[in-house]
Amino acid sequence: MAASSNGNFRVIGTRPIRHDGIEKVVGRAKYGADYSFPGMLHGKLLRSPHAHARIKSINVEKALKLPGVKAIVTGKDLPRAENKIEQAGEMAINPYYLSMNILAHDKVLYDGHAIAAVAATSPHIAEEAVRLIEVEYEVLPPVMTVDAAMKPGAAILLHDLRNKEEGNKETNVAQHHQFKRGDVEAGFKSADFIVEREFNTAMVHQGYIEPHNAVGIYNNDGQATIYCSTQGAFDVRSLSAQVLGVPVGKLKVVPAEIGGGFGGKTTIYLEPLSVLLSQKTGAPVKLVMSRAEVLRASGPTSGSKIKIKMGATRDGKIIAAQIWMAYEAGAFPGSPVGAGAMCIIAPYTIENLHIDAYDVVVNRPKTAAYRAPGATNAAMASETIIDELADKCGIDPIDFRIMNGVKEGSPQVVGPPFKRIGFIETCEAIKNSEHYKSKLEVPFRGRGVASGFWFNAGMQSSATVNIHTDGTASVVTGSTDIGGSRAAMAMITAELLGLPVNDVRPVVADTDSIGHTDVTGGSRVTFATGMAVYEAAQDAIAQLKKRAAMVWELKPEQVEFRDGEFLSGDPSKPPMKIKELSKRLARTGGPITGRASVNARGVGPAFATTCIDVEVDPDTGKVQVLRCTVAQDAGRAIHPSYVEGQMQGGTAQGIGWALNEEYFYDDKGILRNTGLLDYRMPTCLDLPLIETAIVEVPNPGHPLGVRGVGEVSIVPPPAAVANAIYDAVGVRMTETPMSPPKLLKEILKKRAAENAQSAAAD
Amino acid sequence: MAQKNGVKAPISRKSLVDTTINGEPVEFLCEPRQSLLECLRDVLELTGSKEGCLTGDCGACTVLMDGRAVCSCLVLGVEAQGKNIVTVEGLAETTRLHALQQKFLEHASLQCGICTPGFLMSAKALLDRNPDPTEREVRYALAGNLCRCTGYDKIVRAVLDAAKTLRETRDASAAAGS
Repeated sequence: MAASSNGNFRVIGTRPIRHDGIEKVVGRAKYGADYSFPGMLHGKLLRSPHAHARIKSINVEKALKLPGVKAIVTGKDLPRAENKIEQAGEMAINPYYLSMNILAHDKVLYDGHAIAAVAATSPHIAEEAVRLIEVEYEVLPPVMTVDAAMKPGAAILLHDLRNKEEGNKETNVAQHHQFKRGDVEAGFKSADFIVEREFNTAMVHQGYIEPHNAVGIYNNDGQATIYCSTQGAFDVRSLSAQVLGVPVGKLKVVPAEIGGGFGGKTTIYLEPLSVLLSQKTGAPVKLVMSRAEVLRASGPTSGSKIKIKMGATRDGKIIAAQIWMAYEAGAFPGSPVGAGAMCIIAPYTIENLHIDAYDVVVNRPKTAAYRAPGATNAAMASETIIDELADKCGIDPIDFRIMNGVKEGSPQVVGPPFKRIGFIETCEAIKNSEHYKSKLEVPFRGRGVASGFWFNAGMQSSATVNIHTDGTASVVTGSTDIGGSRAAMAMITAELLGLPVNDVRPVVADTDSIGHTDVTGGSRVTFATGMAVYEAAQDAIAQLKKRAAMVWELKPEQVEFRDGEFLSGDPSKPPMKIKELSKRLARTGGPITGRASVNARGVGPAFATTCIDVEVDPDTGKVQVLRCTVAQDAGRAIHPSYVEGQMQGGTAQGIGWALNEEYFYDDKGILRNTGLLDYRMPTCLDLPLIETAIVEVPNPGHPLGVRGVGEVSIVPPPAAVANAIYDAVGVRMTETPMSPPKLLKEILKKRAAENAQSAAAD
Repeated sequence: MAQKNGVKAPISRKSLVDTTINGEPVEFLCEPRQSLLECLRDVLELTGSKEGCLTGDCGACTVLMDGRAVCSCLVLGVEAQGKNIVTVEGLAETTRLHALQQKFLEHASLQCGICTPGFLMSAKALLDRNPDPTEREVRYALAGNLCRCTGYDKIVRAVLDAAKTLRETRDASAAAGS
């Protein structure tokens, strides 16, 4: 399949070099930790060595006496924040719990939970001061899994959490979602094949290479500025304001270049503390997490337990599904289990459906968004079951998906029927790929496919397009550029204004310099911010038309703008390009700034289908990925290279999730793999080249057809790998990671069963 | 030594380190416990080398030390004494990007870009000793650098392409010279 066709477009669909590229390859781009200011102090945090404990006392006296130490803050220095639910990107955030996560108030709820923050003249002194803080704990039993947390009599993490379904009793279950359709009992009765399995997926981290960071500068007039790497400067501002108990207008957030986020940088950890320490010391204060702190205390995504029963008729129609799922929220409510429940069978039309989903608090770090939050765990379960059903029906797994797949008009789990979507097209792209058609006949090699769904998000974005006096332009947005979105914004602007792409400078502005813009997340930047940019460019064009009319002494409606030129319709008045018109702006009324703000509707859901070949070492259980192809519906690929990049990156993360990555806690609830040697993300040697097929089924809700491409590619790989392992060695894996010991155990079990069988036959 | 309320300050004596960074002679003061990475970033304001882990696992801080790729977080600042250090800031010539930098841009090999300086330096160390590596050799040489954004596909392609360009440039200049 062609990588991308750019149809009638001049700029869209081409692959220019990103505008911010040079700064990044010469080492000049400024990431959060690269900021420093005269007189700046350095901060470090004291973190809990226990998974679950009551704090009896904190004594900072000795630490404060250490020369170079300027201030120490604890949970007592934070006001009690309001107990309410607020949407921040794809995850709901409750400021009350957020504040307790930033600094423990009276209990520590996970290994690594922050207790105090120190500011000192050097990071080393701050670190030594942290060791001098004395905390007395009453250690409580750790509750590490959803099973343990949901058991009657389990230790309770949060005493204000109550079970409204069971007489307002104390509970670790923060929420129960239920989705029903049709009659599952009747559905299963008419099924010819029923498959039922239980799946367990391990907690995993987003694994961005840049640790969290913040520099806070508090001014004596009560205004403060935060420099930090974040996916959402406006969210940092509003969340920090709530935690600090100050109005939003007192804070300004300057987004630094960001070193990866994948959802993990849509919330706050250090930001309000940098301001508080700056307020106490009168100096700028910089806080940077270590890698161990990132793993122990920033939000990973949920481990989960999912039980699925699914039935199909002999002719390959999925007829019923009953699903029970529980996700680890971490120490505070808010796992993505609701999203997981709505995604788990989203690619298929299933008449009879019953889903129960539970959000469960456990003594682990509070989870944060991670690329299509909740959907990957869910697909590991459902897409493995679907593979098994296809096998039982004797139908090719891709055909089975196409037969049951959703298309325009199919019902969603919640909400109105799907508009135009490209699920079937992603299946067909894989089916037609050279990869899927190739033969794979070597022993211990196998092929697996799986599909994934993600909603994508709209939300609020603002943009301004400034026309410069030489006819070039700048496009200003509030969307952190996490993977090349500046280039996409410049390309949309250039396309509309008829300019070369390098005549448009894309800018990511701070919270005082652009209208409110929600997070870079939910695959929403090219969709929603792109929509704002599109409208801002149209606004600039409308204004330019008026100026052209003034120059020509015509009415604005007599002026046409086509292919980058203003046309008068009068042969005596030759067409004008923006370059010419821009010279006349001062004399025709002044500069031109196109503006737009949107709360974007018309979100186009995303689908991906992935094919993975693996080789299993039957003696060690090690899995090597040999070949991988991912097909994804982008709606419209603005910059195909960065679309491919999202597809490849998400796939790589999904493969890491499948094979290696997991949070490993000991029986006391202490995280034992706090470094990147033991939290094992894929390296260059673990992966093949990742082939991509960009599918473009335009989103009817976007002027350019854009859907957004950031997330869905992470969803299929774990199930695709599990299905490939089954194809290779005949064992069904129901746990992630499918690491060598786990797979070897299953291989040996199967071998023992086969031996027993042949012995019995003898 | 500074004292406050009778508690000794933990500041240790600084050493003067005499080294070469990006072709220029450089002298700097550093504490014995400071890593080369910390000296580069916080003392010399060369923030192009990034800190991702401080344990030598991610490679974002990779620099060349006497031509060899090292994690500058695992090297002490004082070990730079008498050495020749090249950081990402020293990769480009005055007016021209290094072929690796150019190919990383053309192949869209960076998304967030935080790992890019480390990858560029590891790749340079590879191409300096092996101008015609296979895909496997490129992957092996870059296995100490983690990238979480790209899945490595476009990085590997850029390094192979840069190697080709460098070979062609060298062959062309050799032909012109003969």
